[in-house]
Amino acid sequence: MPMTITEKILAAHCGKKEVAPGELINAKVDMVLANDITAPIAIQEFRRAGAKKVFDKNRIALVPDHFTPNKDINSAEQAKLLREFSKEHNLTNYFEVGRMGVEHALLPEQGIVVSGDVVIGADSHTCTYGALGAFATGVGSTDVAAAMITGEIWFKVPESIKFVYYGKLRKWVSGKDMILRTIGDIGVDGALYKAMEFTGETIDRLDMSGRLTMANMAIEAGGKNGIIVPDETTKAYEDDRAKRKPKYYKSDKTAVYVDIREYDCSKLEPQVACPHLPENTKGVSELTNIKIDQSIVGSCTNGRIEDLRIAAKVLKGHKVHPDVRMIVIPATQAIYRQAMKEGLFDIFLDAQAAVSTPTCGPCLGGHMGILAKGEKAIATTNRNFVGRMGHPESEVYLSNPAIAAASAVLGRIGSPEELK
Amino acid sequence: MKLKGKAWKFGADIDTDAIIPARYLNTSDPVELAKHCMEDSKTPDFMKRMTKGDIIVAEKNFGCGSSREHAPIAIKAAGVSCVVAKTFARIFYRNSFNMGLPIFECPEAVDDIKEGDTLEVDAQSGKIKNTTTGKTYQANAIPPFMQELIAAGGLMEWVKKKVA
Repeated sequence: MPMTITEKILAAHCGKKEVAPGELINAKVDMVLANDITAPIAIQEFRRAGAKKVFDKNRIALVPDHFTPNKDINSAEQAKLLREFSKEHNLTNYFEVGRMGVEHALLPEQGIVVSGDVVIGADSHTCTYGALGAFATGVGSTDVAAAMITGEIWFKVPESIKFVYYGKLRKWVSGKDMILRTIGDIGVDGALYKAMEFTGETIDRLDMSGRLTMANMAIEAGGKNGIIVPDETTKAYEDDRAKRKPKYYKSDKTAVYVDIREYDCSKLEPQVACPHLPENTKGVSELTNIKIDQSIVGSCTNGRIEDLRIAAKVLKGHKVHPDVRMIVIPATQAIYRQAMKEGLFDIFLDAQAAVSTPTCGPCLGGHMGILAKGEKAIATTNRNFVGRMGHPESEVYLSNPAIAAASAVLGRIGSPEELK
Repeated sequence: MKLKGKAWKFGADIDTDAIIPARYLNTSDPVELAKHCMEDSKTPDFMKRMTKGDIIVAEKNFGCGSSREHAPIAIKAAGVSCVVAKTFARIFYRNSFNMGLPIFECPEAVDDIKEGDTLEVDAQSGKIKNTTTGKTYQANAIPPFMQELIAAGGLMEWVKKKVA
């Protein structure tokens, strides 16, 4: 029976030759992830079940990244739970402040998740790792608690939708724009319960950073996972970082998809998702006079070095508009150091942008850039729900790093082409 | 088990940030979380106005967004007896069964039910009765494995039995 990459990975992890959509399976997990918001409940459930040992101390990653560096006493207490649990079980992959990063930027960067893996995380953006050709999906804390004990999780094998992208991307257009366009097309539940397989010549030419951005936002279309078949780009990325041996799967030519959607990317302009859903996408040229109060470049979606380079390229020689606060958040310590080495911080500081230590912070309205009533932000993050970045009457517009940087200078949503 | 309460209607794509805003996630205490249930929705004073047993009735894709289990935890701790929606977002659906919040998919009921109608839901059969109008509906059948989870008392109890 022909299978998709998603079906092949799931079959390999439940000891079967083949699986079909709709089938219920118990899969072995290669990595289990939780953060400072979701791990406390998982730890509590782990203990309540009377468990004494984790299934494998090398296959659990705890990353305090949401409200860290601890924003208040309660957050400090939650982070402390992770620290103590990690010590108690001698977990290899616990990342303290100073060694951490935004989880979905950190795990691929450190080679902790690799091609062919099944990864679950108590964080909806766990789907990011699909960019490596892994099956990765978000689950709840109780699922993580169970998997920390058994090393397994139940899944219903999802149906797959194939997305085919062709055409050369124009200047300032990126993976972020491709995924925003896709979500705008199919809607926030357009891929509900389904695997989103990203294919086509535009994907073939996309770097890992852009691929990670695309897989990251599969959940914003309701997808169970986003996935890209590994190629030379994937292999080159994993070459010097994979901590385990990657396994490369690819979809059979005759694999079955419930839908196939094609996108001509040669005509695509930078996309902006308007409040209050990621599906409310418009071309940046359609938004003519939306004044902003804040611009954020960062997050698991767009906080990688490539994103920072683009923002710096746009900002160079310019100053952030007097009415705008611009905050740049490198997603990991390694990205932070690299940006510093390349002189990007000088460009950000000269432009009068603030540079923060890695944190999810403002993306989920946690800290480090919260909006007041009536304020508007443009952000390279992934969600623009009501109250997502602060006051319920504030607004978030989602974009790529070039648009976020240009808008910071213009004081309104706009494109780098408009900067003199 | 019969779940009885007044219907509170919500729209499509109610996200987990509306159900429990992230600014309150510096705790996982159900009582604290429940205080802010639905605070960033169109009914921010839901907790002041609802009474124990009331039922959330929503359009498609309820619980989209974050994986935070705090969302079903807040709803359950708030005293909401169950959620009826046209569809549920995937992680919310999974979380609800794992931690024991009864949820039902029933598009016809959602279309008919008006805010304030009194509902009676049979948790086992998925039969929904609108006692205000007298109409009855049948929710989509709960998949056999989810029934197994419910019978076990949630995922952790199911796992305990499995590893024992």
